[in-house]
Amino acid sequence: MIEVKNITKTYGAGDTAFQALKGVTFTVKDGEFVAIMGPSGSGKSTLMHILGCLDTPSSGEYFLDGKDVSKLSDEELADIRKQKIGFVFQSFNLLPRTTVLRNVMLPLVYAGVGEEERKRRAGVALTSAGLPESHFLHKSNELSGGQIQRVAIARALVNDPSLILADEPTGNLDTRTGEIVLGTFQKLNEEHGRTIVLITHEPDVAEHAQRIITIRDGLIVSDAKAHAQRSAKHHVEPLTS
Amino acid sequence: MPKRTRNDQRSTTSNLLPANMTLKDTLEETYTALSANKVRSGLTILGIVIGISSVITLVSIGQGATASIQSSIQSLGSNLLLVTPGASKTVGFGVATARGSAQTLTNADANAIASQVQNVAAVAQESQGRYQIAGVGTNTNTSVDGVTSSYASVRNVQVGDGTFITDEQNTELAKVAVLGPTVVSDLIASGTEPVGQTIRINGQQFTVVGVTLSKGASGAGSQDDTIYIPLSTEQLYLAGNQYLTAIDVQAASADTMTQAQNDVTDLLLQRHNISNPSNADFSVLNQADILASASSITGTLTYLLGAIAGISLLVGGIGIMNMMLTTVTERTREIGLRKAIGAKQADISMQFLVEAVTLTLIGGVTGIILGLALSFGVNATGIVHTSVSWSAILLAFGVSAAIGIAFGWYPARRAASLNPIEALRYE
Ligand SMILES: Nc1ncnc2c1ncn2[C@@H]1O[C@H](COP(=O)(O)OP(=O)(O)O)[C@@H](O)[C@H]1O
Ligand SMILES: [Mg+2]
Repeated sequence: MIEVKNITKTYGAGDTAFQALKGVTFTVKDGEFVAIMGPSGSGKSTLMHILGCLDTPSSGEYFLDGKDVSKLSDEELADIRKQKIGFVFQSFNLLPRTTVLRNVMLPLVYAGVGEEERKRRAGVALTSAGLPESHFLHKSNELSGGQIQRVAIARALVNDPSLILADEPTGNLDTRTGEIVLGTFQKLNEEHGRTIVLITHEPDVAEHAQRIITIRDGLIVSDAKAHAQRSAKHHVEPLTS
Repeated sequence: MPKRTRNDQRSTTSNLLPANMTLKDTLEETYTALSANKVRSGLTILGIVIGISSVITLVSIGQGATASIQSSIQSLGSNLLLVTPGASKTVGFGVATARGSAQTLTNADANAIASQVQNVAAVAQESQGRYQIAGVGTNTNTSVDGVTSSYASVRNVQVGDGTFITDEQNTELAKVAVLGPTVVSDLIASGTEPVGQTIRINGQQFTVVGVTLSKGASGAGSQDDTIYIPLSTEQLYLAGNQYLTAIDVQAASADTMTQAQNDVTDLLLQRHNISNPSNADFSVLNQADILASASSITGTLTYLLGAIAGISLLVGGIGIMNMMLTTVTERTREIGLRKAIGAKQADISMQFLVEAVTLTLIGGVTGIILGLALSFGVNATGIVHTSVSWSAILLAFGVSAAIGIAFGWYPARRAASLNPIEALRYE
């Protein structure tokens, strides 16, 4: 459960100060699939950093699962990220020359989970992200773009987070591969009840969510249910792409 | 839509732990990181290998030199005072520097020391000179030392074959000689029994009655390259005077050496009618003083060699730091990602610190092995004697770990303090 109340974020100080978020308020309930959409420079990534506890707001409150996380120290934020957040980035950010399995286990390594349990949970996450077991021991740089993003999704899932945050996850993928990734998110949301916040500047992508929050120049301009949620038809797509 | 029941047990645990990564995980990450850049890691390790191995080799040379100089000074005899004619000179590296050619010491002086100074165990007189020696068809020029029978015990000379010079031979002015092993090999054909042979010193025939055992020291003035003949014979037939070139005084014990040294000095000053000790026409060297000054010189040599090697170790450490700083910059995105998924500052700094320490420890162990091999190799050449001590190895090991920590600390801190957002944005 995410509760954001009147959040602002100002970069810099004095003459060069720039307000990237100008008072944003919304709530995301557990199990929702929400898209945050807006043009480039509208403050989407800034918002995602705050939602992902990578950064704190300049003012306002942010409750994650009922806990106020807007004024925590860097080290406390690291603990929250470790326990409650899973990230998927536009540029994948897998460790190169490292196996798929090890990449997915990494959050559990930092959480101090034992080796057997780690392997088991990474395997479960990879399967729910749709990567076949035959690929688990491949090096991450041996995979295709779509496969890499599925590994990244599995890594975001593995610590059983309250919230999966994806910043332009299809930005570096072709349309068809992008569809597969969006299908994976939909499946995780529908079948596993995962809470997902997807950030994008493309309306086509946003329409895969149940609800779309549109922001422009640091303010919410609309917050509505998607007219008709687009289905990515992930079930029928082959996994080899 | 199925709702998931969240498992919130975890949120209360592990909040306060600074770092959660186990050592095994850290080492696994380290292996991946270091093997990703084998050439660079190898060159960085090489810097440490050179530093550590040169520390071990050079210090072993210094300590070997110290040990061999000490043992050759100790082989002169125990509790020894050396009285030599001529003005006292600064205690130098060796004994020979103080041995003047002045003619101020006599048999009477030696006898007076033996009879009047307390705490003296034995006194040996010497009259030494260099003469032309002829063997059977061979020639050499070496030191001939006229001695009394006590010389053997005072100066720690052992006879392997035959006998040493006796008191009777001194009384009888016998033309007999005891040869050092070097002289034997120079003058006597190998396979021939030296005892009983005749040699000529300055044209006069001497019969060989004994051969001393090697003392191992080499170079000019070595006791191995000396011919011993009776003192009286030397003074009458070779030197042509009654003066001595040295009086060797053996103190009763190590504790009484200083007392004996003072008493000998006082007695000789009095016998030579000298009131001001700084005008003394002789000098008394204490073996302990010689040892101390030689040790201080070789100690300085060891420190000097160690310092040179230490500089190369420092350069190796800077190499580690350079590599780690480059690595941190290259892996900025990776560090950002690790932080985003929950790595704490302690996790990141530990990872980079362990990388640096691993590099230095690999370099340290390799350097120790190479250093040992080099120092045994140098020893095997026979030019310099080397001696490797456990303390030098432990020190090298400790120093390499310390270098890893010291030079890895700053890059590790830098990595740990990167802002995850900035780091993720870094291209
Ligand atoms: N660290 C920063 N310092 C200063 N300005 C920033 C910083 N990060 C983002 N901004 C500015 O804030 C605005 C919103 O940026 P961002 O949240 O990245 O937008 P989006 O992701 O929607 O493209 C942009 O004008 C950007 O230039
Ligand atoms: Mg952005």
